[in-house]
Amino acid sequence: MPTDGMNKGRRRFLVATTAVVGSVGAGFAAVPFIQSWQPSAKAQSLGAPVQVDINRLEPGQLLKVQWRGQTIGILRRTPESLRLLSEVTPDLRDPQSLESEQPSFAQNETRALKDEYLVVNMHCTHLGCVPQMVPQVGPQPFQENWKGGFFCPCHKSKFDLAGRVYKGVPAPTNLKIPPYGFLDNRTLLIGASQEGVG
Amino acid sequence: MAKPASMLAKRADALMNWIDKRLPVAAFWKATMTGYYAPKNFNFWYYMGSLALLVLVMQIVSGIFLTMFYKPSALEAFASVEYIMRDVNWGWLIRYMHSTGASFFFIIIYLHMFRSLLYGSHRKPRELLWIFGMLIYLALMAEAFTGYVLPWGQMSYWGAQVIINLFGAIPSIGEPLTEWIRGDFSISDATLNRFFALHVIAIPLALLALVMLHLVALRETGSNNPDGIEIKANKDANGLPKDGIPFHPYYTVKDIFGVGIFLLLFAFILFFWPEAGGIFLERDNFIPATPLVTPEHIVPVWYFTPYYAILKAVPDKLMGVILMGASVLILFFLPWLDRSPVKSIRYKGTWYKVLLALFTIAFIRLGMLGMAEGTPSQTIEMRVWTFVYFSFFILLFFLSPKGKTKPVPDRVTRR
Repeated sequence: MPTDGMNKGRRRFLVATTAVVGSVGAGFAAVPFIQSWQPSAKAQSLGAPVQVDINRLEPGQLLKVQWRGQTIGILRRTPESLRLLSEVTPDLRDPQSLESEQPSFAQNETRALKDEYLVVNMHCTHLGCVPQMVPQVGPQPFQENWKGGFFCPCHKSKFDLAGRVYKGVPAPTNLKIPPYGFLDNRTLLIGASQEGVG
Repeated sequence: MAKPASMLAKRADALMNWIDKRLPVAAFWKATMTGYYAPKNFNFWYYMGSLALLVLVMQIVSGIFLTMFYKPSALEAFASVEYIMRDVNWGWLIRYMHSTGASFFFIIIYLHMFRSLLYGSHRKPRELLWIFGMLIYLALMAEAFTGYVLPWGQMSYWGAQVIINLFGAIPSIGEPLTEWIRGDFSISDATLNRFFALHVIAIPLALLALVMLHLVALRETGSNNPDGIEIKANKDANGLPKDGIPFHPYYTVKDIFGVGIFLLLFAFILFFWPEAGGIFLERDNFIPATPLVTPEHIVPVWYFTPYYAILKAVPDKLMGVILMGASVLILFFLPWLDRSPVKSIRYKGTWYKVLLALFTIAFIRLGMLGMAEGTPSQTIEMRVWTFVYFSFFILLFFLSPKGKTKPVPDRVTRR
């Protein structure tokens, strides 16, 4: 390239400004493409709260429903299993649910609005598998003194019947409690509570 | 130049001449094939590069045909794969070619990478060659993962669930990031649809570009060889390496022989054992994806299980993800971790043989344990081998400058 009478400063300025303007433009142009990956309006409207009739749920029975494509478990706990919750406390990582995700009304030992009903996002907080409910009390292949709870087949995380995580398993926190509320004695609304839509 | 024997040959010559004035075909052929001198002492391990190229072509061709029948929608995907398997003429063959090809791709790539560990092929001046190779490996993993989701079986669904949630371990941005990747609050049609786009367009394009860079870098540095010495250091009067032979015809012929043996083996698996007893295609993936039921036993396909075992060995989510990522990324640094004055295992002392043997056993054992149920004793074993896996790199860094070596010959040897 000819260098006679070249103004180096001006050339550098032009190169730099072109590069900056070009990158800013490319940055803005990338926004719609990146945003297109966010949940679409359709996916968001399908994420609205769902109503569940729990009238016929027997004690000890687990009902699985879907909300936002997530499996939500509704467990009607027996008085016996509620009693056992306090016995496993020393083996739990976060028994007071201080580091776990739940509406504030569920930050108690039973992690529920009404002690009898556990409404829980069934996806393991490790990598999202759905743990199995193992309600039997007694020795299990994965634990000798099992007091009933949830066991994840993927990476062997264990939770009690309040969804609280045991120590020494990969899951970092308790199972999540979604926002929910009771519309009346027999109808549960998942996805919204007094604290607002989740 | 010999006189053209006939009128036809004369015409052909003229045509080639015409083209050459417009496109440097002859010069390119000479630079990369007949005039490219490769070491004359290549052995078995040097088949893998050309075989990887062959499998890449097979995957692209069979993949193109699969897209003609496959439907990337959560409602139709599983049924369309069954349609390919049962109703499309020769569909079963094309599909099994693609799925068996994926596993063979990894077998070849792992052998190809192991060759580098044996002969120090990643060492100076081939660091960039190695890095392009590693990037190809990463792209291949992404390609394999997105591809495994497409049949929309139980393992597709839950495998995607587990892998995407790995990103959720990243503090603060993790959750929104997983939502962005999925395009929904859970794995859904949106996820399948974009994975299809990534699998058939985006990643293959990147893969081809990387393969090209890998080959250009190889032609610049030239191949290493089992003795780990530079043949360019010993040239004859014509400036040609004394220990080199033209790539074409010598190595093209050798590679064609390798292709023959490989295709025999490949065809045998393809026709008689395409699922490899649940290793190449997992049994649970013949059940349609069901968001409400997690399979009892979720494992990725065999080529991911060594890393998966490292993830499972760590009882902490974030640390597990970090260690798993590190186990792959640390391979990028191999050219600088090995500081031995010699490249090839032939002239390194016992220390390297022991290290490499332990590393190889650790990788294989982790792969086996990654597939297993995960009893407490297996968890302990996974921790031990994870420790051995990482120790290899650390010990290599500290032992290699001082470790015993044997004198390296000036010229390549015959073995």
